[in-house]
Amino acid sequence: MSDAILRLRDAAFQYDGAEDRAVDGVSLDVAPGEFLAILGRNGSGKSTLARMLNALLIPTSGAVEVGGIAVSEENAYAVREICGMVFQNPDNQIVATVVEEDCAFGLENRGVPPEEIRRRVDEALTEVGMRERALASPSMLSGGQKQRIAIAGVLAMRPKVIAFDESTAMLDPVGRRDVFELARRINREEGVTVVWITHFMEEAVRADRVIVMDRGRIELEGTPREVFSNVQEVLALGLDVPEMMKLARDLRAAGLDVPMDTLTVEEMAEELCKCGA
Amino acid sequence: MMNVTIGQFFPGDSFLYRLDPRTKLILTVALIVLVFISRSFIGFALIFLFVLWCAFSTKIGLKYMLRGLKPLFVIIALTFALNLFLMRDGETLARWGVIQITTGGVRTAVFMAVRLILLVLCSQVLTLTTSPISLTDGMESLMRPLSKIGFPAHEISMMMSIALRFIPTLMEETEKIRRAQMARGADFESGNLIQRARAMVPLLVPLFVSAFRRADELAMAMEARCYHGGAGRTKMKQLRFHWRDGAAVGAIAAMYALMIAFNALGVA
Ligand SMILES: Nc1ncnc2c1ncn2[C@@H]1O[C@H](COP(=O)(O)OP(=O)(O)OP(=O)(O)O)[C@@H](O)[C@H]1O
Ligand SMILES: [Mg+2]
Repeated sequence: MSDAILRLRDAAFQYDGAEDRAVDGVSLDVAPGEFLAILGRNGSGKSTLARMLNALLIPTSGAVEVGGIAVSEENAYAVREICGMVFQNPDNQIVATVVEEDCAFGLENRGVPPEEIRRRVDEALTEVGMRERALASPSMLSGGQKQRIAIAGVLAMRPKVIAFDESTAMLDPVGRRDVFELARRINREEGVTVVWITHFMEEAVRADRVIVMDRGRIELEGTPREVFSNVQEVLALGLDVPEMMKLARDLRAAGLDVPMDTLTVEEMAEELCKCGA
Repeated sequence: MMNVTIGQFFPGDSFLYRLDPRTKLILTVALIVLVFISRSFIGFALIFLFVLWCAFSTKIGLKYMLRGLKPLFVIIALTFALNLFLMRDGETLARWGVIQITTGGVRTAVFMAVRLILLVLCSQVLTLTTSPISLTDGMESLMRPLSKIGFPAHEISMMMSIALRFIPTLMEETEKIRRAQMARGADFESGNLIQRARAMVPLLVPLFVSAFRRADELAMAMEARCYHGGAGRTKMKQLRFHWRDGAAVGAIAAMYALMIAFNALGVA
């Protein structure tokens, strides 16, 4: 893939004073418009990897290229314009006391003219469905709404890639679904490449591609179906298999002929209809 | 808990609210200077009339404004008493040993008390009608010329707005920790001062730990959004002067002219 938007070549990162490398030789190409999910147990290096995509961390060895620009100290701002990032804690990534001001923060930092900021902020807030709350105070919003504001702040900067680092982990089920669907829509409709770090298998099964990390390395890679069909390996890497796969296993044990690799609720419904017929 | 009002901003919408925060900051300073310049009660009456207009042209009302004097009551009373008992000027009205009350003392005591009250009321007009965030914006904009000589104008205003942003968050968190510690048997209400202060430790330690974690994450999120200090930064909302600001400056200038005239004529 020569037109990859993210290109990692044996990328590694070691924190000061740490004995092991948090990311230990990762090579990966991500195509423009792809929805890539990253899974892995706690401490497997997912966040460290994501932070290299945004030049918050500079690889200690190997190469990371974002939109053709090498991640380095000098290119940090150029890289950040291409790759935005949404974090886990909704509270700790909102800077301003007014929703629309927060949304404008990134553009203000980049010195965009005021009228242009205004236009893009309004667009981004409409996109995430928070236009009516433009003048609200973030402390009055729910977690899911705060995450949507954070996404709007990134969207306003028109990045080509957005990395979400467990952005649904602290939300209730409704907020989680909201934010995940929003990320999917941005990916499908705007063509923004999404790197989606998560602990939720039901999110990962809906990605285009899944990678599973362990101890700073990529251990499994492929479509969700390919990855989750390695049930033993997935479990050994400290992950769970998606709920629907468990259900499929139980149904098969009960004598129903559902394929083992049924991943989503929709697929399961379809299969069950076939069985019934 | 969610609804903490920060500072004493009184939300509303009128002439005073729509003034540019820079105008309000400068005119408040001008007004405070005017209170000091005044040598007569007529002068004070003029300023008080202005305060009255401020109270009634908004929905704030005089009663609400006078509430702001409460915390300063002791200081005002003390100044009044000191001037009343220790000042010796004019005829003696009463005497107990070394302490005596003179006509000059009464005048000075009342004069000083009125001056203090007016000072508080005038600065209240600013804080009541300007949201903390536009106050911060106004200060940053006024201090910007100073950044040429190395004054951290942008940094100060950034710090202030982040503080404003996190006050409600940290208050909420304090409450959560307090309840969690109470559920574990912590007692914040009884005991003497030292015991109570000690009871605060299990509350403050987790609060500080979490505040540092928040600061760390916020710094990272700001950096991810291309923050690199005030250099080359623009603002979505530009502060702009309107005709109102000119009118307000004119009004204060007229008050200055009157005050100087009162002082020159030597009215009481
Ligand atoms: N600031 C730091 N300094 C030193 N070591 C760190 C630092 N941050 C993370 N690490 C270490 O680097 C490794 C990878 O951490 P990382 O945060 O990337 O994992 P993760 O996959 O995001 O985990 P989680 O699922 O818990 O978020 C861990 O062993 C962690 O202890
Ligand atoms: Mg992480």
